[in-house]
Amino acid sequence: MLKRVTGLLLLALLATASRAQTPDPTDWDAVLAEARGQTVYFHAWAGDPQINAFIAWAGERLQAQHGVSLQHVKIGDTAESVARILAERMAGNSDRGSVDLLWVNGENFAALKANDLLYGPFAEALPNFPLVQADRFPEMREDFTIPVDGYESPWTRSRLVFYFDPDLLPEPPLSMAELLVWSQANPGLFTYPRPPDFLGSTFLKQALLELAAERDVLYQSVDPTQFDAVTAPLWAFLDALHPTLLRGGRSFPGNGGELRRMLGDGEIALAFSFSPAEASAGILAGELPPTVRSFVPRGGSIGNVSFLAIPFNAPARAGALVAANYLLSPEAQARAYSPEVMGSTTVLSMEALTPADRARFEAIDPGPATLPPQALGQPLREPHPSWMEALEQAWLARYGVR
Amino acid sequence: MNTASTPGMTHRLQLEEVRLRLQGRELLRLSAELTAGEILCVMGPSGSGKSSLLAFLAGFLAPAFEASGRVLLDGHDVLALPAEQRRIGLLFQDPLLFPHLSVGGNLRFALPAACPDKSARIEAALASVGLAGFTERDPATLSGGQKSRVALQRLLLSEPHAVLLDEPFSRLDTALRREVRALVFQTLQAAGLPSVLVTHDPEDAEAAGGRVVQL
Amino acid sequence: MLLRAAPWLVIGLLLAPVALGVGLTLLPAFGYLPVLGGDAFSLTPWRELLAMPGLGRSVLLSLLSGVLTPLLALAIVLMFLAGSSGTALERWLRRLVAPLLAVPHAAAAFGLAFLIAPAGLLSRLVSPTLTGWERPPDLLIVNDPWGLAMMLALIIKEVPFLLLMALAALPQCEPGPRVTLARSLGYRPAVAWLLCVLPALYPLLRLPVYAVIAYASATVDVAMILGPTLPATLSVSVLQLFSDPDLSLRFQAAAGAVLQLAVTALAMLLWRLLEVLAALAGRHWLAAGQRARGEAALRLVGRLGVALLLALAVGSLLALLLNSVAGFWRFPDALPGNWTLQTWSRALPEVLAPLGNTLLLGGAATLIAVTLCLAVLEAEGRQGKRLAPALWLLYLPLLVPQIAFLFGLIVATEFLRWTPDARLVLFAHLLFVLPYVFLSLSEAWRHLDPRWTQLATTLGASPWRRFWHIRLPLLLGPCLSAAAVGLAVSVGQYLATQLPGAGRVPTLTTEAVALAAGGNRGIIAVWALLQAALPMLGFALALLVPRLLWRHRLGMRSTA
Repeated sequence: MLKRVTGLLLLALLATASRAQTPDPTDWDAVLAEARGQTVYFHAWAGDPQINAFIAWAGERLQAQHGVSLQHVKIGDTAESVARILAERMAGNSDRGSVDLLWVNGENFAALKANDLLYGPFAEALPNFPLVQADRFPEMREDFTIPVDGYESPWTRSRLVFYFDPDLLPEPPLSMAELLVWSQANPGLFTYPRPPDFLGSTFLKQALLELAAERDVLYQSVDPTQFDAVTAPLWAFLDALHPTLLRGGRSFPGNGGELRRMLGDGEIALAFSFSPAEASAGILAGELPPTVRSFVPRGGSIGNVSFLAIPFNAPARAGALVAANYLLSPEAQARAYSPEVMGSTTVLSMEALTPADRARFEAIDPGPATLPPQALGQPLREPHPSWMEALEQAWLARYGVR
Repeated sequence: MNTASTPGMTHRLQLEEVRLRLQGRELLRLSAELTAGEILCVMGPSGSGKSSLLAFLAGFLAPAFEASGRVLLDGHDVLALPAEQRRIGLLFQDPLLFPHLSVGGNLRFALPAACPDKSARIEAALASVGLAGFTERDPATLSGGQKSRVALQRLLLSEPHAVLLDEPFSRLDTALRREVRALVFQTLQAAGLPSVLVTHDPEDAEAAGGRVVQL
Repeated sequence: MLLRAAPWLVIGLLLAPVALGVGLTLLPAFGYLPVLGGDAFSLTPWRELLAMPGLGRSVLLSLLSGVLTPLLALAIVLMFLAGSSGTALERWLRRLVAPLLAVPHAAAAFGLAFLIAPAGLLSRLVSPTLTGWERPPDLLIVNDPWGLAMMLALIIKEVPFLLLMALAALPQCEPGPRVTLARSLGYRPAVAWLLCVLPALYPLLRLPVYAVIAYASATVDVAMILGPTLPATLSVSVLQLFSDPDLSLRFQAAAGAVLQLAVTALAMLLWRLLEVLAALAGRHWLAAGQRARGEAALRLVGRLGVALLLALAVGSLLALLLNSVAGFWRFPDALPGNWTLQTWSRALPEVLAPLGNTLLLGGAATLIAVTLCLAVLEAEGRQGKRLAPALWLLYLPLLVPQIAFLFGLIVATEFLRWTPDARLVLFAHLLFVLPYVFLSLSEAWRHLDPRWTQLATTLGASPWRRFWHIRLPLLLGPCLSAAAVGLAVSVGQYLATQLPGAGRVPTLTTEAVALAAGGNRGIIAVWALLQAALPMLGFALALLVPRLLWRHRLGMRSTA
């Protein structure tokens, strides 16, 4: 008798507990109903006013279509939000978090997932998820080699693309080796952002992928005993490159935006970015001369996917799910694709779209300096996140003090 | 003590064994009794405690001083009252007309809140010293003599029962000094106010015609 | 009765958060942070911190900035005052000081960067005619390794601040009579000023100088914009550690914050040493009886220094203005080829919400701060004694590096289950606004001629009547100036807005810093200008309102 009562009580408790864990993404109507009227605090990097404007637009659409109020919390670095979620966990705050939706990938995602700070899994249950055709594009399911396991949903693609000023550099170098040769002959026309800036670290990874004797080891967790041997070609390359850089390697720009400005001012002739439409956007915004063009290295360049994650203690989970799903919709993705808006590369697979949706994309002019998808080719996969950190540390140790 | 002072009413100021000490050293010891219109003249070198005596009577003696004795105004112990309730007026060396108020505003400040016909009284006060029509004037535009007269009227409008004078004529030039001094003493005597005058000028003491105390 | 409690209330309000914040940062510094697995005290964070490459250099940079910046700023201020005391130039500068003070540090740093960078305004103005440059020169000016650009920006901001403090404190040092007397003994004016007025003035400036030391040694925003990068100053390195996604670095970060605290304290100690040496040198000079040596140099350096800083400040503002309306601006054009209002028009819709927040926060913080300060000063006045020693604690938030206690404060608020919102941000702002308002207001308040109050008392006015009708109107000018200072401080707060608000309370400054990460000069310029405009408006009001109010009162002109 007692056992029965206890059993029933337990069941009741579990039932209430699971209800408290709403929403269930598979019951999308319930999610939509619950999301109506919620306010979703979306923590996203705000360094690009175009992205900010796009998020504002998405907010309006979400309000109109689903009654969800999307508040863009402008942050300078995703790690700030990670710190906040951590502090909340530390204080035992499990249901009134300040972050509902977070734009994240790479190290930040790895940290969040490892410390059990995310809600999920939810991504693959989103109605728009099939449009990315994750089976054909496995990069939708991994974040710097860490399996996503549904804890974040794709949002935008990034691809390392170089762009240059033809007036100063008629024929751009198509590999790291060529880059070195050119830079030695024309010192002071190139530089890269200072690690641990994301773009700067990506430059290191790109160089390492090109120069390493064997790539497979980069897709596994870094082995400290092997590290020096594997990265030796990279350091040799950089040792030779640095004296030929702008400022002689004594100072580096802080991020990709500064790099772009330097190109616009004529301080450098070659720059790079994670957004293939960066050059076009720069021309349209009046920051770059109209003659700027883009290219990718002969051997391909690194590409990755940016995701949206929901923290474990987000109060507006249903709203966050609806927002994540909306940002994955053809309507939103197409708008982001236009270089006047954001110039982002879509995560949607054209084959999965209806002809009407496909037409949306085809109608948009990606811009004069944007390479068409065929020219971009297949991306090189991002190495394991532990390599990023190891490379950053090593770079700082070698070049961090001048 | 809220009785208004009407002309003709007399007031009495009694100082009983008033002693002031600074760092153990006795600065002054004084006993005096003043009736209406009497002016007690306190004279002495600087540092002898003259101004401190006034400060003590008015109620803002610096904490560094130690004071003892009794002070009775019309029979009431004044030392038990906070400074603003003692009904003891003070005239400084400078007229110190509040710069942010007009002449009329300065006078209005002195009037008790409950007074019924303030504007009339202000105009009457100004007229009595030959400054009719000066109500809206900026105090900074007045001459030295005019300012002294306004200061005096302001003092009277606050209906004090005794008056303290801290070398009020020392900043004025000789001719003006005599004129203002005469006016002040006349007014105080006519209003029946016992006064304590602190000065280093023997002429002031002579003109006051009352008891003189040398510190 | 409430009034009597005011000073202690205020001190408690300020002391508790700082103490709590530092405490909660000290714990992880020694290994104790349960949620990250730090259950026992250990010295590992320190070992890791000391193993950081470039740490020694970072510490040295912070120390250098912490001592050199106040030294140069103070030197310029003193030499200027010595050489120009009482002249028309000084009077003219008095008015200019406040608006210069209004510009928040970050905005000033951006402006300077846009001015002196290789592709900046100065370079464009002289190219290619004077220099022959067709492309920007490869010179390391911004982010130079010894932090000179950073120190320059700091000096540009600190000279007006110290000047304002000095001018407020000067009247009670009786500069006029002292200098006149010394001149009658044969001393030249500037020398006379230094020998006779400075010894009386310096003790009154000590606290502001220490505030400058603390800021210069621990600034984050200016260091990020102009400071060295390989390695960065200590405060920036610590912030990077705090922001690193690798959560295990939090311990190291906390240790770094404690180290920053120690570095700031060391800078203050070194300064104390300099004070002693300067006093010795001064005494030598006095004893030697030299009356004229150095007179010309003093005047020149003082005036030149101020003139140069003024030129840089104006140039920075110009650079910001030009960049905000520039289309594509090719180098070496002196002026932009295309002008566009697009940057402004695109930014303005975004501006409204942060502007509203900034105004509300600034207004509320200033109002509360001024009220509390008036309460404290009035309580002081009525009790007849100064609470001087205890009030040093008032300045604690200014003397402790922000990074050393803000993170700990966040943890505290989390434990207390306080949601991040505007009220928490307001409280954080108050921590910094209050001391500055008090610094600005207290001297003027305490040195109001006591006879005014005494007179009012003898005329029968109650204590509150004396306050509202006499003291407050007479000190309206200083009150409004202090309020303007408070507003400026609130507008410029970055960490204090971002952390307690969890980014949900966007202000002009948080937006500007976020956008700075994108490198777009036009956007940065627009936001920097907006950041600067608000406090300037405050100072303009502080100047105009008394003038308007007292336009028929000649006697009030000198106090305004």
